[in-house]
Amino acid sequence: MRRPGRRGRAGLLAYAISYLAFLYLPVLFLPLFSLNDSVFIAFPLSGFTTQWYAQMLADDAMLHALGNSLEVGTATALLSTVLGLLTAKALTQFRVPGGAALLVFTSLPLFIPDIVLGISLLILLNIANLPLSLLSVIAGHTLICVPFAITVLLSRLEGFDRSLEEASRDLGEDAWMSFWRVTFPLALPGIVSSLLLTFIVSFDEFLIAYFLAGNEATLPIYIWSQLRFPYKLPAVLALGAAILVASTLLVVFAEWLRSRGLESRKQFMVGA
Amino acid sequence: MAAKLARFYRRSEGARGLALMSPTMLVMLAALAAPLVLLALYSFWSQNGYALDTHFTLAQYQVSLGRAGYRALFLRSLAISSLVTVITVLLAYPMAYFVAFRVDKSKFVWLILLTIPFWTSYLLRVFAWKVILGYNGVINSGLMSLGLIRQPLEFLLYNPTAVVVTLAHAWAPFAILPIYVSLEKIDRSLLEAAADLGDGAVRRFFRVTLPLSLPGVIAAAVVIFVPTTGDYVTPSLVGGSNGMMIANIIEVQFDKVGNWPLGAALAMASMAAVGIMTLLFVTAMRAAAERIR
Repeated sequence: MRRPGRRGRAGLLAYAISYLAFLYLPVLFLPLFSLNDSVFIAFPLSGFTTQWYAQMLADDAMLHALGNSLEVGTATALLSTVLGLLTAKALTQFRVPGGAALLVFTSLPLFIPDIVLGISLLILLNIANLPLSLLSVIAGHTLICVPFAITVLLSRLEGFDRSLEEASRDLGEDAWMSFWRVTFPLALPGIVSSLLLTFIVSFDEFLIAYFLAGNEATLPIYIWSQLRFPYKLPAVLALGAAILVASTLLVVFAEWLRSRGLESRKQFMVGA
Repeated sequence: MAAKLARFYRRSEGARGLALMSPTMLVMLAALAAPLVLLALYSFWSQNGYALDTHFTLAQYQVSLGRAGYRALFLRSLAISSLVTVITVLLAYPMAYFVAFRVDKSKFVWLILLTIPFWTSYLLRVFAWKVILGYNGVINSGLMSLGLIRQPLEFLLYNPTAVVVTLAHAWAPFAILPIYVSLEKIDRSLLEAAADLGDGAVRRFFRVTLPLSLPGVIAAAVVIFVPTTGDYVTPSLVGGSNGMMIANIIEVQFDKVGNWPLGAALAMASMAAVGIMTLLFVTAMRAAAERIR
């Protein structure tokens, strides 16, 4: 194969770097101005301060919303990962009739605008006479997180050596213990990765929560309500910067776990 | 007898699989299928003051499609998200190509860098653009303190262009992964074969690489076009009144106006429009891919 010219290579690398800059620079203005000693989000920077972070942490409404978001995120992560694990296990272990169609069905929430999911769940709850609460937000978030959980767990369980579980069955373990002692440990990196990623998706989700939360507020709803007041923007910037840093760390950890899991499995299979 | 047993086993295997999947399916039926059916039903009803009139009527669709203001919103939403889709895919393709073909050892680092924004807050990414494009925002104050402009530029925020720029940025990570996956799958020996048969780099790209990566391009386009048409956050934060999209008017029906049937009809109509456009696009792309081969 003819190697591409050196100039072509350098050009593509330059493009890749500027693309990354385009991806990250706009977001980096949030932490930058969150440390700037001015109510106005404008250049020139006037000095370093951490007062916006102090102001943010002293806000009870923010702390309440944070608590709500942690609750919703945790419940959503557990629910959608369990549902995702059941589906991924079924699809990889058994030849399910219509499995491909069912997989498409479960991934539909990715292709339907969030506003449509939000209003149709709102209609359902209204007709069923159920109150809006954090529970309805959990239901909505589980709906959009299940496709992610299935994707993460399918890639982990695919190519999984079924003979391991069969061996465990032959050695006298029942189905549940075989799952618990063979499948579960092998799938664990995928499970943790799915828990983290679905947690973040729920933690950051705004629109569905906006329709379903009723009188409660999650953190994105709280942020949304603050955007109307210009003098509150610096504290919102501080909050946003904190959220970005925390979720970036979680994502890096989750992706590292996922890829490490895949690597070690490859080595295991090559070694065997 | 053996065949019967084998069939029974296969059937029971399928049954066991379905049983294992059934909780997920039940949740999806209850939280996805049932609500969508109700949304469709609602769109054929009407609001009578505070009461809901459940007689079948097409009135909501007549209003949705008949009123010029709504039609303009539909067209603008479709135009904005088409533009966003084209820009995002064009920008993402070289990036995905770079990672698939030019990166050897640090592939993982690049992929992580490209997926972090995918998982992090959409609201905050949009909010960042409001900060950047604002009247007293990053760009205006930056240019002013550099002495390049005297007065803030007013055309930056609150218009359709701001919506397009913000959406193209916020949805960028969604385009890269599908394109990358389809590029990564390409059998490298095909490229060598093309080179051996005398194709130059450009010709080889258009005859081998691009057609083979089209499934990824199509997936990226669909995954961006469909949700962006219904985007609410971006037009609300950076669109202004000229940059409003269909989701803004749907939200108003469910919130302030309290005309749920009309909101439902607007949602159904926009999903239908998006569905038809997506179908046409995918068919056209497939036909184009066939022709190149």
